[in-house]
Amino acid sequence: MVMIEPTPDGRFGEFGGRFVPETLIPACEELEVAFREAWADPTFVDDFHRVLRDYGGRPSPLTECFRLSKQLGCRVLLKREDLNHTGSHKINNVIGQALLAQRMGKTRLVAETGAGQHGVATATAAALLDMDCKVYMGAVDVKRQSLNVFRMQLLGAEVEAVKSGSQTLKDAVNEALRDWVATLEGTHYCLGTVMGPHPYPWMVRTFHHVIGDEANEQCLALTGTDPDVVVACIGGGSNAAGIFSGFASSESRLVGVEPAGGAAVGRGVPGVVHGMNSYLMQDEVGQVQEAKSISAGLDYPGVGPEHAFLASIGRAEYPSVNDQEVIEAFQLLSRTEGIIPALETAHAIAWVVREAKNLQGQTVLINLSGRGDKDVDQMMEILNVDRVV
Amino acid sequence: MTGPFEEALREKRALGKKLLVVYVTGGFENWEASVEAAAAAGADAIEIGIPFSDPVMDGPVIQQASQIALDRGTTPLSVLQAAADLDTGIPHAVMTYYNLAHNPGHERFAASLVRAGISAAILPDLPYVESAPWREVAAKAGIETVMLAAPTTPDHRLGDLCAAAHGFVYAVGLLGVTGERSALADTATKIAARCKAVTDKPVLVGVGIGSPAQAVEACTVADGVIIGSALVRQMLDGHGAAGVGQLVSSYRAALDEG
Repeated sequence: MVMIEPTPDGRFGEFGGRFVPETLIPACEELEVAFREAWADPTFVDDFHRVLRDYGGRPSPLTECFRLSKQLGCRVLLKREDLNHTGSHKINNVIGQALLAQRMGKTRLVAETGAGQHGVATATAAALLDMDCKVYMGAVDVKRQSLNVFRMQLLGAEVEAVKSGSQTLKDAVNEALRDWVATLEGTHYCLGTVMGPHPYPWMVRTFHHVIGDEANEQCLALTGTDPDVVVACIGGGSNAAGIFSGFASSESRLVGVEPAGGAAVGRGVPGVVHGMNSYLMQDEVGQVQEAKSISAGLDYPGVGPEHAFLASIGRAEYPSVNDQEVIEAFQLLSRTEGIIPALETAHAIAWVVREAKNLQGQTVLINLSGRGDKDVDQMMEILNVDRVV
Repeated sequence: MTGPFEEALREKRALGKKLLVVYVTGGFENWEASVEAAAAAGADAIEIGIPFSDPVMDGPVIQQASQIALDRGTTPLSVLQAAADLDTGIPHAVMTYYNLAHNPGHERFAASLVRAGISAAILPDLPYVESAPWREVAAKAGIETVMLAAPTTPDHRLGDLCAAAHGFVYAVGLLGVTGERSALADTATKIAARCKAVTDKPVLVGVGIGSPAQAVEACTVADGVIIGSALVRQMLDGHGAAGVGQLVSSYRAALDEG
């Protein structure tokens, strides 16, 4: 059995744990207790699903890609998380955590964000539930995702550009943790992916389980069986964890696609940062390295501990694709299906395109984790297209 | 078994002295001279910081000093090699983050500390609940592992935590990261008192002490204090070893006067 509860000390195999300053240990324990109670309470679970339905737009559809399938020679299905409110899967986790925080009596959310998708989702949930919200974002990411910064501000959140370290996602996590250490009583740290200290990896995956559950039913209804391959992009790994969890006990092959410049599973070795023991890109003495790819949302040098576990036992595989393959995939899906994917999501598509020759006749389910509106400016620059006035 | 670091602190405490432990960022320009100046000015022990890329427990001052040190090419090895040549007459600890012990492996890291004449280790992101595997290896190598107790640590864990500590118990004075504050948080004396109630090991308050007067106030309950950011600020501001020496003297004098 995989993708079940971690051990009482928060382990998936040898990975996971709770490597945070002592000050935060009681907060993690309190969060774990509150989450267990809430998830066992039908009122909470009903509330969660009601908000995801009436506000978030769930269930998200399953789309069969007729043109792309014909071109690639395999049957491509998309789980359309891009159609959720705020444009990505991130809303599932954020609604879950915000409702939980409210139930715990917290009045303020802090969050880290890379591309800005999780920050926008958190700001949205905070507005919906009348909570204060502060989002930490690396100064480099603030520049390349200015549209999302303004979105968060419109939603009433305060955005702080983090200028320490590499000024990207990992430094935003550090700053959010520092904030949380100082503001524990009224603040919940709304972590955006399946990383961090126990119970976050498990809790965040549980809130995203809805993706896999829906996709499993939808695939069955459409094709009568499980897909041969389930593919998702991996930064920290939340959208992948969500869709994998719906197929963990099936025969489906699980593929998490990392950016070549941020391949924590592919190039990392076990290390400890941000509360967890997991695969981590680090130098020869243990300093954490910067991840660098075309997509801010995947620029994280680590990966959720459950993915490290799934990789170590061979249940899931974690190949990587390079920026050029991603740029091509981004355009390919736009032109063949009329769907502009997020650059993050385009990693998953890029792998399918590259592997298509080995997937002939198979059914491939891709988690289309987010839409690409936020990336259009960046793509104009990359493709050297002049704006038509 | 009591190691040399704790032994030295206990001896001074037995003489009725309040303990002063200071933090110096290893790898910062002329940091060795700052260590020597701090020792000469009356520090009872030195914490040598090995800079880490993601210092999550540190505030802006120590973050900045760490980044400067890293940008100069500082590595754990370069800090430890230099530390081996320091003869201050007082015990040395390292303060760093757990991945730098995890990466080489516990045995190798502990051995590298021993070779550098270091007797204790402080790893703020290795909390008590995760610390047993490291503590076991460290103890075998003769390295004392300081445990951090936080204002949020529940009573049911505090006794075990203090029992597992060696060298001293690091009572985290406030909810927050390292850095001076304008007033001593009331959490500082509270956590010190809670630790003192369950252990006879030296209990030192660190994080948030911004003046000699605050140090004295903390020592109405605690056995001593740890001064980090205030000292590193001297280094960042270019006052060098002389500034460090003056600062440590001012704390020493205040603590001795009581």
